[in-house]
Order: sequence, then C-alpha cells, then structure tokens
Amino acid sequence: MTMRLRMWVLALGGLGVAVLYVLACLDLPSFGGHRHPYGDRAVRAALARHTANTISSVNFDQRALDTLGEESILFGSVLGTVVLLRQTRDEDRQQPEPARVAPSVRRYALFALPVTLLIGLYIVAHGQLSPGGGFQGGVVVATSLHLLYIAVDYRALERIRPLGLYEVADAAGEAAYVLVGAAALPAGWAFLGNFLPYGTFNTLASGGTVPLLNAAIGVEVAAGVVVLLARFLDQAVEIVSTDEEAEGRA
Amino acid sequence: MTGELPVLLGLLLVAAAGTGAVLVRDPVRQSFVLSLLGLSLAALFLLLQAPDVALSQLAVGSALTPLMVLLSVRKVRRKARSERREERE
Amino acid sequence: MSAAPYVVAGWLFLMGCYGLATSRNLIHAVGCLAVCQSSTYVLLLAVGYRSGGTAPVFSDIAPGSRPVVDPIVQALTLTDIVIGATVTALLLSLVIQVAKRHRTVDPDELSELRG
Repeated sequence: MTMRLRMWVLALGGLGVAVLYVLACLDLPSFGGHRHPYGDRAVRAALARHTANTISSVNFDQRALDTLGEESILFGSVLGTVVLLRQTRDEDRQQPEPARVAPSVRRYALFALPVTLLIGLYIVAHGQLSPGGGFQGGVVVATSLHLLYIAVDYRALERIRPLGLYEVADAAGEAAYVLVGAAALPAGWAFLGNFLPYGTFNTLASGGTVPLLNAAIGVEVAAGVVVLLARFLDQAVEIVSTDEEAEGRA
Repeated sequence: MTGELPVLLGLLLVAAAGTGAVLVRDPVRQSFVLSLLGLSLAALFLLLQAPDVALSQLAVGSALTPLMVLLSVRKVRRKARSERREERE
Repeated sequence: MSAAPYVVAGWLFLMGCYGLATSRNLIHAVGCLAVCQSSTYVLLLAVGYRSGGTAPVFSDIAPGSRPVVDPIVQALTLTDIVIGATVTALLLSLVIQVAKRHRTVDPDELSELRG
C-alpha cells in the first residue's frame, strides 16, 4: 500500500470513528452530572462491608472476579515477556563493568531507596483505608529496588534480586488470590465472596477479604514488575549475540 | 464554573502532551514526552477526584513505561550499531 | 466546558491512531498505542465525575456528608493502567524479537521482507 493510499484509508476511518463518537457522546450524561446510579450503590455496598476506600471495595470485593481476570492478563504478559526475552543459544552474557557513580547521586539514591520501599509497603497495606492498594504499591516497591542500580551498579542490583524467587512470588501471588477466593466455598459463599468478618470500620483489619486479596495483588504486581524490568535490563546491559561479542573483543 | 477551570487546564495539558508524544518521531525523545503525558494525566486524575488512579498513573506512566521504552531502544540500537560496523569491515 | 473531556478523549484516540498508521519505528508505534490507551482513561473518569464531588474514600470524611464521584469507573481505570504497562512490556519484547530476527524495526521494511 502506498503512503498516499494509506493516508486516505486512515482519513476515512478516522472520520467514521469521529462521527460515531460524536453521536455516542451526545447521548452520554453531561460532564459533572449528578446521576450516578452504579456509583451510589457501590458506595453503599462498600460502607455496609466496612471498607473505607470504595475503590478497593469495588476491585477486591464487589468485582473481585473481574480483578482475577485482569490479574491473569498481567500474569500472562509477564510470562510472555520472560519467554520472549530469554537468552537464546546464539547469545552470550557479558559481565557488566562496575560503574563510577557521583557521590552525591549515590548518597541520595541510598537514602531514597528505603524510604521509597517503605512508602510502597505502606500504600499496599493501607489499600482498604486510603488511596492506594496492591496495584499502585506493588509498582512503587518494584521500582524502589531499582534505585540500587542508580546508586551502585548493575551487579549490586543482581545480588539483591534472586530472579527465581521473584518469579515464584509472582505465581504465588496469583495462586493466593485464587485460594482466598476458593476458601469462601466451604463457608457456603460464592467464589471470591467476602466471607470473613468485616471488622471495625476504618481500621487496618477491616473489610473482610479485601486486605488479603489486596496483599496478594501487591505481591504479584511487585514481583511481576521486578521480573519484567530484569528481563529488559538483561537484554539492554548483559545479553549480547555472539557476533556482537566478537566485535567487542576485536 | 470557575471551579472547573483547573480541570480544563489539565485537559489541555494532556491533549498537548498526547499530541507531542505522537508527533515526536524519535523513540528516545518520545519516551520523555510520554513521561510528561504520564505526569499530566496524573495531575488531571487528581483534579477529577481520583487519587487512587493518579497514584497508579504516576508510578506507571511517568517511570515504568518510559524506562522500558528506553531500554528497548538501547537494545535495538546496540544491535544495529554492531551490524553497521560489521558491514564496513 | 461540559464537552471538553469528551473532545480531549476523542482527540487523543484519533492522534494515537494517526501515529500508529504513520509510524516508521515499531517502538514509536508502541508509544502511540499508549496514547490511545490514555484516551480511555480520560473518557471513563469524565463519565464518572460529579461537580463538587470529592474522592470516594471515607477514612477522613463522614459517609453521606458530601457527594462523591463514581468509584466504579475509577476502579476500572486503576487496574487497566497497571495491566496496560505489562501489555506494553509484552509488545516491546516482541519488537526486540523482531529486531533480532529481521534486523529492522521499520514496519514498511518489514512488509517488504515478507512480500
């Protein structure tokens, strides 16, 4: 297809989408309107189950099965990336050289690492109370570990990152979610039903199964992101194809 | 109406950053614009009273995605560079 | 004002599609897909917004004392942002594989290779 023809097809398709989108928007409630029937019901249900953060209640209680699906997509993508970016037969590992880091950068990164890690864990733990939860906190925890790469070098990061363990933790997070869901069945509830006592409103242990599922997601997201970044870093820093390596020696 | 002025500004910022991310053709520069888009989306979500979503966007959009884009560029470029050298030999 | 968020969401989506169709570099195309994705976030949160509403978190406000915005669209958006990042990672690893096999990341050169 020539560039000209492609632009015409694109313009035609874009115009069609734009017309349909405008027609659809005309029927949408206007921005900032006061009619939110589903939202109001979700808030009521969350308060009835003693969960202060309604969004966590929607994610891990009212629509927990939906989150199981989302989490499986995450698990599948991590698995796919691991398979695609593995070291193939015609590739070798090159030891990364120790890098010199400016002392001020090192001081700052070494100070920021534990603080960020703690913030990440706090965000996971308080998911049912304040804004945050397993999804956000997991990403923060995973990225905080990589401050070590900035502070020292790649080899230091590899020392605190036994990749096999993180891969197991990723699978364990997924399994824990399913097991907590299945634990509701003997108690006479539906799969992923909130079968635990709801606890006192606005305390860490409130919300029944919400904190447990939240923690399972936190583990899975943190481990998954660490594994993802490890694969990309390996490809960018360590793994070279054999012809590249011969090039480097010459 | 005046209360919604910040939302309008946030929307304009997001639209500008999104347009920039598409029009900047070099992937390295694009990753910086993507990071800007992530930050402005996080600000917009905060203005739309969605702190949970803003937190998620801040962690993912401003750091994780641009980092992965940069690492991919480095891998692809390094490969291309070593091959160009080979051809010259 | 009331139409602005919908206009911006539509604009981002169309711009992302334009970038995808005209991109000369697969890594750039993945970035354009991320722009398309962000349009859905803007649309969803705009649908759930309520003027004068606050965030649906009741750890520091008494339930019922203030109107709150719609939590369901926020929950949908929140999970999609993290999932979207991992799917972006999967796409980028496909691009790296393409670069290894075919020694180019230009989609036009790739289709010439095949044909």
